[in-house]
Amino acid sequence: WPYCRKRCSYCNFNTYVVPAVDEAAVRACLVREARTLLRLSQVKSITSVFFGGGTPSLATPGTIAAVLEAVAEAAHLPAGAEVTLEANPSSTTTQRLAGFKAAGVNRLSIGVQSLDDVELRLLGREHTAAEAQAAVEAARGLFPGRTSMDLLFGLPRQSLHAWTQGLEAALRLCDDHISLYQLTLERGTVLAAQVWGGALPAPPQDLLADMYQAARAMLVAAGFRHYEVSNFARKGALSTHNLSYWRAEQYIGVGPGAHGRFVPQGEGDCSREARVQMLEPIAWMRAVQSQGHGTGKRVMLSPLEQLEEVLALGLRTDEGITHERWGRFSPHLSLEAVFGAAGQGLQQQQGWMVLDSGGLRCTERGLAVLDSLLPDLLCRLQRA
Amino acid sequence: MAFAGRTAMWWARLRSPCLCATPLCVLPRLPPGSAACERLYSSRGKEKLDMSTYPVENIRNFSIIAHVDHGKSTLADRLLEITGTIAKTAHNKQVLDKLQVERERGITVKAQSASLFYNHEGINYLLNLIDTPGHVDFSYEVSRSLSACQGVILVVDANEGIQAQTVANFYLAFEAQLAVIPVINKIDLKHADPERVEKQIEKLFDIPIDECVRISAKQGTNVEKVLQKIIEKIPPPQCNTADPLKALVFDSTFDHYRGVIANIALFGGEIQKGHKIVSAHTKKRYEVNEVGILTPNEQPTHKLYAGQVGYVIAGMKEVTEAQIGDTLFLYKQPVEPLPGFKSAKPMVFAGMYPVDQTEYNNLKSALEKLTLNDSSVTIHRDSSLALGAGWRLGFLGLLHMEVFNQRLEQEYNMSVILTAPTVPYKAILSSAKLIKEYGKAEITIINPAQFPDKISVSEYLEPTVLGTIVTPQEYIGKIIVLCQDRRAVQKDMLYIDEQRVMLKYLFPLNEIVLDFYDALKSLSSGYASFDYEDAGYQAADLIKMDILLNGNPVEELATIIHSDKAYATGKLLCERLKDAIPRQLFEIAIQAAIGKRIIARETLKAYRKNVVAKCYGGDITRRMKLLKRQAEGKKLMRKIGNVEVPRDAFIRVLKREPDK
Repeated sequence: WPYCRKRCSYCNFNTYVVPAVDEAAVRACLVREARTLLRLSQVKSITSVFFGGGTPSLATPGTIAAVLEAVAEAAHLPAGAEVTLEANPSSTTTQRLAGFKAAGVNRLSIGVQSLDDVELRLLGREHTAAEAQAAVEAARGLFPGRTSMDLLFGLPRQSLHAWTQGLEAALRLCDDHISLYQLTLERGTVLAAQVWGGALPAPPQDLLADMYQAARAMLVAAGFRHYEVSNFARKGALSTHNLSYWRAEQYIGVGPGAHGRFVPQGEGDCSREARVQMLEPIAWMRAVQSQGHGTGKRVMLSPLEQLEEVLALGLRTDEGITHERWGRFSPHLSLEAVFGAAGQGLQQQQGWMVLDSGGLRCTERGLAVLDSLLPDLLCRLQRA
Repeated sequence: MAFAGRTAMWWARLRSPCLCATPLCVLPRLPPGSAACERLYSSRGKEKLDMSTYPVENIRNFSIIAHVDHGKSTLADRLLEITGTIAKTAHNKQVLDKLQVERERGITVKAQSASLFYNHEGINYLLNLIDTPGHVDFSYEVSRSLSACQGVILVVDANEGIQAQTVANFYLAFEAQLAVIPVINKIDLKHADPERVEKQIEKLFDIPIDECVRISAKQGTNVEKVLQKIIEKIPPPQCNTADPLKALVFDSTFDHYRGVIANIALFGGEIQKGHKIVSAHTKKRYEVNEVGILTPNEQPTHKLYAGQVGYVIAGMKEVTEAQIGDTLFLYKQPVEPLPGFKSAKPMVFAGMYPVDQTEYNNLKSALEKLTLNDSSVTIHRDSSLALGAGWRLGFLGLLHMEVFNQRLEQEYNMSVILTAPTVPYKAILSSAKLIKEYGKAEITIINPAQFPDKISVSEYLEPTVLGTIVTPQEYIGKIIVLCQDRRAVQKDMLYIDEQRVMLKYLFPLNEIVLDFYDALKSLSSGYASFDYEDAGYQAADLIKMDILLNGNPVEELATIIHSDKAYATGKLLCERLKDAIPRQLFEIAIQAAIGKRIIARETLKAYRKNVVAKCYGGDITRRMKLLKRQAEGKKLMRKIGNVEVPRDAFIRVLKREPDK
């Protein structure tokens, strides 16, 4: 759902703020594109559905229901399949949430971002801390054990103390899943312009590291598993859908600007493709209406490119890359063959990575500097 | 090498602010390599001149010497016009300066010559003007030019008075026992004070006031009188056409079609097409194809006679065959060679590398062509782990290095990496093994990588220069402090009039090579002038300073430095490196070391967190693109131990930052 009521100061997603949305038309297109792409992929069974955006909680439950019905018609959608909706605290009354639940949503991800009103204003959020709190409580009532909340850290002028205070409040409020994102300054956003222009201070590198470490320690103490760079879950409440990205499984992107990775077997192809749907909603709709889908770009991924993605994404998780998964993408070259030298070499000595019977994965220290490790790993992969 | 705050790499700035005012090119940009043969103005026609009508007693050979921008080239332009050598137009500016770089910078780099014809009191005179470069770096060119002269015109600006280079040039002429005609130029300027300048000349050079000629070369005032003085005061050359041929080679240029053109001064005999001549230096034999005079383009003549100055083309293929200072004589009629003068001696060395190694061969051929016309540049093949294959070039000075680099860019479209300049140090070896290895006990070190260890050396030597500074007295205090900071020893101090002082200091060359001139100019608001001459070697407490990254030396940053300067320079280099190297996964110790002793250290902290926060379905494509670019970049990094350094980091460190 590519629409928002207001653009946040840090966000550069493909979102649109328009006075009125022709929801019926958008719904029809989402449904049609989902059918077309599912047929193209020849996928038999769906493990998860994720409504993201934009602000999907601005759509009516009827639209969510229509898409889910289309999916269920085209492929098997088991009753237990994870169906997540991203929601903004400003559009999540209990009544509305109940409507989404009735439509088939069984997991909610709430963009709380902060529990401090000053920080929320800096971020350009529409809601207050109190509204966020009410939204989480309402969601937990309807989706017990399946409500997630997002928080941002590393805001300009945010202190370590303010962050841990905020996180403590969040821990009192949260359910079994929490995502902590270090603020990324994206080009073209209001916030980035303020920081780069000198109007706001950029948070020091070491402070960011301290915030990350402190947060991890607090969450682990509270029983959470740090299962991905920015994601924490307890009682097994991991996000199935997001895990499938990091495990390099197949996924189909539906809607303006959505990304997919799948093998279009329906066209007789047998290699994985990266697909991006057209960004602009009007153009996308026109394309869907005329040809059934609005794919803007499709690129065949070479075996090497697929492995690069397996590597770069898999290492973000605590399970890392299992031998089994690696073998699926690389039947001839084992993890040891490619990274054995790395395992015995510098990176293992420094305690950044482990290669053992479970596969290749980052240590806690390594995970925090993964982006500095990856270029070297990619070089090894290219040489192998 | 002293880097402190003054390391230099690219030389885009003009060294002298007043030079900027010189009008640019009247000459269209020359195609590569043709600078020496293209001419702006037409020659006098194809008909060969008969030079026998100019007997020795009607010949005058002279140079114009001056401090930079005192009007030497303008005076030369006027002399050429008055004598009808060139047409009188408004465009005659720096006619003898043919290189683009000369015109852009308003300086003369390469000596040029012109023969002028002038009738005085019914007699036709042949006046040979041998132009000289106007910068200290090229003083060897001045002494070379003077060796073909019997007199000089010493031009002094009526406003600025005697400057450092005026002094240096005067003594060159004085030591060569040449007649000196002092000319006070720019008397048309509002603040001109010729009386004061005349007094300075009398006091410093012991020339009576009434011998000075006051002129305005720009307006042509009194220039005629200069010509008369040349005839009256400068003696004709002492030689005889009846003697066997004896010709001094005082310059040479290279023409792509005709080969080497040697400029010669005849000290005896005559020369013509068909003569078999021999080089006293190489003993090689040549047949003369063409002789002529320069007006200032080549004008063929039937013959050249004793006392005359001109050129000879004799099938020499390389400039090195026309060794400057060589004597030419007729085959089977050997003569006592003329005393050759000091050949050019490189004072500054720097590594030169192609920006991209695939450009190596192109750069090689450009260097070969350029050094054909500038034999004062020495060139040795060199290579560096970081910069690849390249050369170590020796230059006469920094300006020379700048000019050379600028010519490479302008005439050959090459851009290069220059390493930090270093001066030629020496070491007296004490280790028998090393002496045997080098075949001698005294070695010259032009690359810090070759600096021998103290254990095997009895003494290190550094080159020195005797510097002359002329300054208004109010700046003396600051200048003395500056000189002391540069390890200089005062040799002389003299008031040349009520306001102006001349200081003489013995400087270690490396202390002035990089930016002394700039520092002097800036603390004297541009009023102090500086010139220097070679003053031999002195013992010095030299050390090699290494820069280490996590204990591993960085070859291209090794420098030879005086021990007094090591700490400050080491600290500065470490600080700059810290800014130039990106943070990495581990802490990086950036150290300056002398042998095993660490004298400065900076620490670049390790990354503690570097991982993108969000990486979901929609982020992956962009993420992978960035990662792959980083992986590509990694392959281009220079690895020093485990530390990865971007290729341009060292250059950034060595380069003088305009704002620092």
